[in-house]
Amino acid sequence: MAKVKGAIKVDVEKCKGCGLCVVACPSKVIDLAREVNGKGYNYAYMANPDACIGCANCAIVCPDSVIEVYKVKAEMA
Amino acid sequence: MAEYKLMKGNEVIAEAAIRCGCDAYFGYPITPQSEILETLTLRQPWLETGMVVLQAESEVAAINMVYGGAACGKKVMTSSSSPGISLKQEGITYLAGAELPCLVVNVVRGGPGLGTIQPAQSDYFQAVKGGGHGDYKLIVLAPASVQEMNDFVDLGFELSFKYRNPAMILSDGVIGQMMEKVKLSPVKPRWTDEEVIKLNGSWATTGKTADRPRNVATSLELDSARQEQFNHKLQAKYKEIQEKEVRFEKIACDDAEYLFVAYGSSSRICQKAIDLAREKGIKVGLLRPITLFPYPTKAIQEMAEKVKGILTVEMSAGQMVEDVRLAVNGKVKVEHFGRFGGMIPSPNEVVKALEDLIIKG
Amino acid sequence: MSDIKDIIKEENLVYKKTKVLTDNVMHYCPGCSHGVVHKLIAEVIEEMGIQEKTIGISPVGCSVLAYNYLDIDWQEAAHGRAPALATAVNRLYPEKYVFTYQGDGDLASIGTAEIIHACNRGENIVVFFINNAIYGMTGGQMAPTTLPGMPTSTSPYGRDVKTTGQPLVITELIAQLPGTNYVTRQAVHTPAAVRKCKKAIRKAFENIGQKKGTSFIEVVATCNSGWKLNPVKSNEWMVENMFPVYKPGDLKDE
Repeated sequence: MAKVKGAIKVDVEKCKGCGLCVVACPSKVIDLAREVNGKGYNYAYMANPDACIGCANCAIVCPDSVIEVYKVKAEMA
Repeated sequence: MAEYKLMKGNEVIAEAAIRCGCDAYFGYPITPQSEILETLTLRQPWLETGMVVLQAESEVAAINMVYGGAACGKKVMTSSSSPGISLKQEGITYLAGAELPCLVVNVVRGGPGLGTIQPAQSDYFQAVKGGGHGDYKLIVLAPASVQEMNDFVDLGFELSFKYRNPAMILSDGVIGQMMEKVKLSPVKPRWTDEEVIKLNGSWATTGKTADRPRNVATSLELDSARQEQFNHKLQAKYKEIQEKEVRFEKIACDDAEYLFVAYGSSSRICQKAIDLAREKGIKVGLLRPITLFPYPTKAIQEMAEKVKGILTVEMSAGQMVEDVRLAVNGKVKVEHFGRFGGMIPSPNEVVKALEDLIIKG
Repeated sequence: MSDIKDIIKEENLVYKKTKVLTDNVMHYCPGCSHGVVHKLIAEVIEEMGIQEKTIGISPVGCSVLAYNYLDIDWQEAAHGRAPALATAVNRLYPEKYVFTYQGDGDLASIGTAEIIHACNRGENIVVFFINNAIYGMTGGQMAPTTLPGMPTSTSPYGRDVKTTGQPLVITELIAQLPGTNYVTRQAVHTPAAVRKCKKAIRKAFENIGQKKGTSFIEVVATCNSGWKLNPVKSNEWMVENMFPVYKPGDLKDE
């Protein structure tokens, strides 16, 4: 049985930490980091990467287009 | 074969626009220049050359349409009269700030405020000193005949594109409304879109192709150092215009002991006044600035070396006189004579003013 | 389980920034709706393959610098005047895709004459009207679209409709003009709303190709700095307070 598995890549330095991706994610994958980027923003990151389904909702609502979304169909272990 | 016609000054502006390959005219009715828009809508140039003619909802909209068209790299123009030109100042300063070429015609009437619909020359300051906000200049052409109304449309466009700067024809209700014989310009086709790209593609918003960075028409620069740098660039451009584009006419100056300085319709009155004065034995000549910016400062300085006094004649309370005084710098006496509020000086009045203010005064 | 490194590979890429957006970092505040709408316009331009034929016009307001973000030819306009510029561009380049991108202070206050007449003439353009009920760029002043009782820097005790009028619901006025063909009110606060808004944008640009006249897209938007709420709370506030006055949906589709 194939399971959809996703991942996101955040352009950390361009992320403004607005948090809109956090609430847009249906799988509660994303959170804002405790660390800050060069501009002082708590950037978005995959806090719970295993739950990502690659739906791209986070990237779609991102005002700064800093999220890339990847998706594979992985075989269940 | 040259084509001659008897035409009104305003009508010939419209005709000259069509003939010089103008791409668009955007206007709004106001006396005494409504014939420009009326002539264009009657002539229907869109059928002939594809020229766009549109009556805008306001002078403000019209000048901003000019901005949009100018930013496309096309030959666009508008016309109005004093109160309408005041409304256009916002757009004019944006055009100057974005370094966009265009032609603005002001058929001046008396002010301030709604004033009168009769002719005046009281918008000189507005035309040559700014009008809108910021450090900028327009290229200002002052026609004194219907023929020059014709000729300056093409010249105005030529200069405005050469320097990427708005040009203005500063006419008045006399020149706009009077009829004279005019030799019409030969017809020039409008630029094709390919020609626009070839000529103006380095800056015009013609659509960003893969082979060039995007073109942006803007007057915005939030970085003060860069804004200052841009202002230096503008000033250098104005200096070049001042050096290269001064135009004036001298009449009866060779033996002149006194000098009139007058532009537009006032210069025509001065020509008659020269005849009357010379009948009385007063040797007076005329220097007629054709470009008001750039101003013929040097030519006036040279004349100041030769004459005993200078009288400026303007249909205003005295505006251009300041530039004459700056040029002369105290060398000889400079006085102003003007009628205004829609009144036109007579040649006799001008001669009397010369006698009273300069010769006796 | 796949390792993240195995997933993040070129062949698995399903969503990335469109090339029509530049790499410049937008000056907008974190969470600002402008960024989302910019992105959608850029994506539609890329998908339709019209980058070479599109000319954008942005007047004064937060989006005055939009030309830094979309890689197309732009004209920056005086406050409120974008529809006048667009009129000329549309007349002189009838085959181009011309759009204006205006805020509510710009379109519904200082530029009311220009927008009404451009729409009434049915200029073949798309108008984007970003309505966040406030002047964002100048620091959160009251706009004609400000909600009753809503505090702003020039209505610190809340908008008093007795002295300043009711919110100007200008999109409903625009929809009455025969020159407009497609008038819709959208938002970009959820993934579903964003997808819907993108469809509306695509339709509006396609209308240009079909010479249908003016397409008008209002996007009810947030200004979290002006509203003094965080981006997530701003979206919630918008749904609760803006939507009852500015109801999302199509007003006209001919």
